[in-house]
Amino acid sequence: MSTLEIKDLHVSIDTEQGTKEILKGVSLTIRTGETHAIMGPNGSGKSTLASTIAGHPRYNVTSGTITLDGEDVLAMSVDHRARAGLFLAMQYPVEVPGVSMTNFLRTAKTALDGEAPKLRTWTKDVKAAMAQLRIDADFTQRNVNEGFSGGEKKRVEILQLELFKPKFAILDETDSGLDVDALKVVSEGVNRAHAEGNMGTLLITHYTRILRYIKPDFVHVFVDGQVVEEGGPELADRLEDEGYDRYATGAGAATIAAASAAAQA
Amino acid sequence: MTDITTEKARIGAPSAQPFINGFTEEGESLSPLNAAESKSPLAGEAVKRHSHGGGVGVPDSSRAGRLTSYKLADFKPLTGMEEDWRFTPLKRLRGLHTEVLNGAAPSVSVTAPDSVRVETVGRDDSRIGSAAIPEDRVSANAWENFAEATVLTVPSEVQVDGEVSVLLTGQGTEASAQHVVIVAEKFSKSVVVLDHQGTAVVSENVEIVVEDGAQLTVISLQEWNDDAVHASSQQVKLGRDAKFKHIVVSLGGDLVRVTPSARFTAPGAEVELFGLYFADAGQHLEQRLFVDHAVANCKSNVLYKGALQGRNAHTVWVGDVLIRKEAEGTDTYEANRNLVLTDGARADSVPNLEIETGLIAGAGHASATGRFDDQHLFYLMARGIPEEVARRLVVRGFLHEIIQKINVPAIEERLTEAVERELAATNH
Repeated sequence: MSTLEIKDLHVSIDTEQGTKEILKGVSLTIRTGETHAIMGPNGSGKSTLASTIAGHPRYNVTSGTITLDGEDVLAMSVDHRARAGLFLAMQYPVEVPGVSMTNFLRTAKTALDGEAPKLRTWTKDVKAAMAQLRIDADFTQRNVNEGFSGGEKKRVEILQLELFKPKFAILDETDSGLDVDALKVVSEGVNRAHAEGNMGTLLITHYTRILRYIKPDFVHVFVDGQVVEEGGPELADRLEDEGYDRYATGAGAATIAAASAAAQA
Repeated sequence: MTDITTEKARIGAPSAQPFINGFTEEGESLSPLNAAESKSPLAGEAVKRHSHGGGVGVPDSSRAGRLTSYKLADFKPLTGMEEDWRFTPLKRLRGLHTEVLNGAAPSVSVTAPDSVRVETVGRDDSRIGSAAIPEDRVSANAWENFAEATVLTVPSEVQVDGEVSVLLTGQGTEASAQHVVIVAEKFSKSVVVLDHQGTAVVSENVEIVVEDGAQLTVISLQEWNDDAVHASSQQVKLGRDAKFKHIVVSLGGDLVRVTPSARFTAPGAEVELFGLYFADAGQHLEQRLFVDHAVANCKSNVLYKGALQGRNAHTVWVGDVLIRKEAEGTDTYEANRNLVLTDGARADSVPNLEIETGLIAGAGHASATGRFDDQHLFYLMARGIPEEVARRLVVRGFLHEIIQKINVPAIEERLTEAVERELAATNH
């Protein structure tokens, strides 16, 4: 049983106009076996949260903490975080020219486990996982993400999720840009990984569509760098019907924040 | 975390290192050469009088107007301001442009199947001058001074199994001249490797004839010792439907300057020019190529990739592609990619495309010089791969694109190892 705990996290980025605060005090606790959905309109800071957990250098944590089973995640390098058990399925997976998928997967697995995987079982595992995600076998010969379609890139992210077996998976808008068939395939992959019982999931999404296939235990609504409302799966249904309009910033924001504080109390 | 933050701080920030000596922030000392009133030998009137490639009516700035001559005297002494020398540190040429090149030339040892004719011939051999004419002073100096030439001939319709290996071993630091002629006769198929090793100060002319329907690959490896200076003009003349692949690999040497030129003489021919270079601290690796589309329906594809690391590592890539008026149906693409691994290194990249007819199949050029990409690094590190391993993975991948075009397993292996050694040198 592991716990990923985010406490009062403030994050800013440097822009040409100066420093801009994106996360304004986010607190969140995820345990093994739980699926948390983070939903919110564009620009609300959802992806910033994902990237910050993974350690992307663009984001500066100005205050707050992230701990994994009590260990200070913010003090860890990017690779160290991954080895500690954090996995970020990226919204825009990067093409890495010249590095074949085979080489990449094996190198990563070796780094994560601290020893090279047994070649025979590893090859078999990769093949099987690829088949389940309906990824063509010849992808292993291709360079990492190079020339992959949007859907293929997302499936390859989930392939890594299944092969690397992290303690916590952060899925950053994995559903965006997927057609229904691909969405199902990807969701099944996440559910398989989840079903092994050793993983907590943070699912970041703009749409409720993916929540038909991946059932969240908790839903957090993100607006303007803060969680403005939290609840169970029923909150997602409500968002599907009503959209994010009722969280429109301005005069209403304070009211909502107060209401949400009251709800938490 | 600290590692990657440091990396980030460097991105886009002006280098803290001073610029390379002799270079302004903007780059080389700009040449006044093409100014209309220039009296330089490579521009204006002088070109009109001497040029064998261009002539009256060719604009001074066109590659077609470049002076070519077998006579050293036709080329004025170099000042470093010339268009084609502006990036080269002349002081480090060790006399290749000023001395009589009578030092001992690198020894030549050829390993070839019996089907290939190997000869050592004198200056008066009829094949001398069959494909090349010097395009600069250093090349003309070698032409004037070489004592004997090595001629390799792949006879008509012969398909050579395995590669023809030419080992050129430097004999010391006295300025010398070398001459090699490679003739791929009609419908032959072969691979020739020019393997440059040891210590030499040498200007080399390599003439390559690819006759009608022949297929030839020439791989030129520069794995010199650290003190070597090498200028190599490698010129190819292509017949009808000929196919030529050229791979230049420069890893070792203090100053290496390779200038490949490809000339089409009949339609249907195809050239692929590839290059790989890895410059360490203080090394100057330069490549200037010229593809002359003088006839219709020929194809050319150029890709050079380079990595740089260390203080004053300097690479230069200049790609001149000329599509003449007659060259309708031309299909050409040239690209150069550089990966700068550390501060204090400098990559110059100049793709030049001249197009004199619109009736072509395609023409493109591209150049990109980047630092080791933070996004690549982040992606790989986010999968648990330590920074150093990620860096190697990417550089290896970056250069492997060229290595895998070689198709000679033994050489691919050797170069992969050489690249690993270069990478290992980054770690301290």
